[in-house]
Amino acid sequence: MSNLAAESPTLADFGTDVWWIIVIKVVGIFALLVALTLFAILFERKVVGRMQQRIGPNRVGPRGGLQSLADGLKLAFKEDIMPALADKPIYFLAPVIAAVPAFLAFSVIPIGPIVSIFGERTPLQLTDLPVGVLIVLACSAMGVYGIVLAGWASGSTYPLLGSLRSAAQMISYEIAMGLSIVAVFLYAGTMSTSGIVEAQESGSEVSAFGLNFDGPGWYAVVLPVSFIIYCIAVVGETNRAPFDLPEAESELVGGFHTEYSSLKFALFYLAEYINMVTVSALAATLFLGGWRAPWPISIWDGANSGWWPVLWFIGKVILGLFVFTWLRATLPRMRYDQFMRFGWKVLVPVALLWILVVATMRVLSREYDFNAGDIALYVGIPVLVLVMAVVWLWPDKAPDPTVKEGVPPTTRGAFPTPPLDLVVPPSPPLIKRDAVAAGKRGGGKRA
Amino acid sequence: MVREEVTVGVGDAAAGLHEFPTTDMTLNIGPQHPSTHGVLRLRIVLDGERVVSAEPIVGYMHRGAEKLFEVRDYRQIIVLANRHDWLSAFSNELGVALAVERMLGMEVPERATWLRTLLAELNRILNHLMFLGSYPLEIGAITPVFYAFRERETIQAVMEEAAGGRMHFMFNRVGGIKEEVPAGWTGRVRQAVADVRSRMPDLDGLIRDNEIFLARTRGIGVLTPEQVDAFGISGPVARASGVDFDLRRDEPYLAYGELQESLRVVTRTVGDCHSRFECLLDQVYASLDLADACLDRLASVTGPVNVRLPKTLKAPEGHTYAWTENPLGLNGYFIVSRGEKTPWRCKLRSASFNNIQVLTELLPGTLLPDLVAILGSMFFVVGDIDK
Repeated sequence: MSNLAAESPTLADFGTDVWWIIVIKVVGIFALLVALTLFAILFERKVVGRMQQRIGPNRVGPRGGLQSLADGLKLAFKEDIMPALADKPIYFLAPVIAAVPAFLAFSVIPIGPIVSIFGERTPLQLTDLPVGVLIVLACSAMGVYGIVLAGWASGSTYPLLGSLRSAAQMISYEIAMGLSIVAVFLYAGTMSTSGIVEAQESGSEVSAFGLNFDGPGWYAVVLPVSFIIYCIAVVGETNRAPFDLPEAESELVGGFHTEYSSLKFALFYLAEYINMVTVSALAATLFLGGWRAPWPISIWDGANSGWWPVLWFIGKVILGLFVFTWLRATLPRMRYDQFMRFGWKVLVPVALLWILVVATMRVLSREYDFNAGDIALYVGIPVLVLVMAVVWLWPDKAPDPTVKEGVPPTTRGAFPTPPLDLVVPPSPPLIKRDAVAAGKRGGGKRA
Repeated sequence: MVREEVTVGVGDAAAGLHEFPTTDMTLNIGPQHPSTHGVLRLRIVLDGERVVSAEPIVGYMHRGAEKLFEVRDYRQIIVLANRHDWLSAFSNELGVALAVERMLGMEVPERATWLRTLLAELNRILNHLMFLGSYPLEIGAITPVFYAFRERETIQAVMEEAAGGRMHFMFNRVGGIKEEVPAGWTGRVRQAVADVRSRMPDLDGLIRDNEIFLARTRGIGVLTPEQVDAFGISGPVARASGVDFDLRRDEPYLAYGELQESLRVVTRTVGDCHSRFECLLDQVYASLDLADACLDRLASVTGPVNVRLPKTLKAPEGHTYAWTENPLGLNGYFIVSRGEKTPWRCKLRSASFNNIQVLTELLPGTLLPDLVAILGSMFFVVGDIDK
């Protein structure tokens, strides 16, 4: 096989590595994740700083480059506080439970094609399974336990509220996230991450208006609805703004990690950022063509071989991190019930409907030999136009009534209210203005 | 009003109230909490995330301002008056100066009056920008505060140039202001006002019509005109509920009587958090216009900016009440003099103290996130509450 051609690993390529290759990969992924986390923290602070007319950290290291490292070291030396009411073993274990699955999820993310490491040919991915993506989902579901247990074990009110919110939020958004991925499975015909990347290599040929060209292969383009739902759901899943309800500072102080300090807090921090990296990597894998080079670069033949794809992959991950940062800098926090309503009443039904549409199109194109592009062109566009027309022409809904239900009626006698005979002075008629200006009522203060 | 904590929903009797038996939780928000701007404490009882009762507990920062006033010379009072609402320092000191001048029957030079009016409006802009930044922060938007502070910095630079202070200006004196403003200062103020006006859309466009912000603030914490009257609420908070009352128009002091063409009183009718925020936002534009009008007039008004005072300043026996339209609402000083160097009695009516009293009526029934939204939208300064 020539080195220049893209060498996509298949499931058969996994599980055949020698032990030291596995060790190198494990250590490599760990190092990559820690490095990406340190980078992500600094990157976020720098980008948010720029968006807020600030410079951001610039004291430690060249242009502030070592800031996150310094912060990490500082955290390690801080006093480790154990609240008196804490449930000690669980309080101790919770950050570990949060951090470990965050690392685990990355084991099935394909970082590159088959490369040669010290003469051994091996795919740049720790392992893959026929159900690879489910591992990621399972790991993110496990991470919730860390947060819920942390809030519970702290023995304090704010963390408890934070963890309750977190439990409900993660369960709801996990469903939306899972449903958004189903369409990808339907299209790719596999749940293995390397298989999904391979399936996005090139799109089907589309003929429109007498022109034949290769359609886009990325599922972000083919399945835009899935991509949008995925993007929204993972922001909720990672507890990031505008869905950072479990740690809403203005409401719950620190949320679930209010009582945590030192290394335990650092583990939560680490877990949050690794989760961000992981969901960005998963977005790249499922929707943005994985490690394959994006269009202008992909014209170059060698772009998808050797170690180059690692660069494209990390570039896509950083793009994801940038979007996270951008959202945080721009949007206010949603209210808890609005957020849950959005998840259950918008995201989940839309995702289900979309799966229905995608599945129907798949069956139609297989059974009746329709071209998917034709269907999209002749059915999809009119439907889209219709939907947009309805959305635009739909009358605006009146604003929701106040959240006053369940309010115990305030008894008038309960509070010493002054008599309600206060008469608000009327606006002075225009004629009187001159008299006023002359200072009659002003008490002659003016010369 | 203290409600006792109760355990609701235990047993058959509560089956109709709740699906599951729940226990109410008491939560102390503050005195140290990110959204209480200092040391306001709210003792709330929560059922899940719903507020059952809320009680503001004030006084953690009580410094006895009134009693301190009573043992200070009239000229010294101004320094203290500065401090109870640290975001409206100029307007506070203005109230004392007006009261003492009225008791003395003192004529204030015209130029001083116009400069006071200009500085009071600039101070209003400073104050409002602070809340325009901090309120979105409480809703979770972290960027507007930096835009707001950029504008504050611009205005503060010209305030500092004239007064020497950035927060506690101490520029008022009994009988005028401390000194003539530096040469070329009015030109720089005009530039600063123009700069702020040109950059306000950054802040405005980012937050005013943001969908999430609307969802968080619209229809939340609706304050009725009856409640406004009952609790003596004033300022932008009252005007957002449709109580169209502004001393600058309804009982003009300083030069406001001659500024009626430029004076635009911003009102809303809904009375929810969003209309309170909009009132503040639009009032910044109105104040910028007023500042421009003052500058136009200042160009032609010359003369002294203060009067010579006797060595010992004694107000004649009597009493007066001077109230001003401060950025946060009505601020009044009732001063009783027995002909001494110091007031015999001083009563301070501060805007924030009255404004937050309504929280006991506004908060029950809301959700915890709404509590933060409502609390922030009452625009208070803790020093102004605790005096």
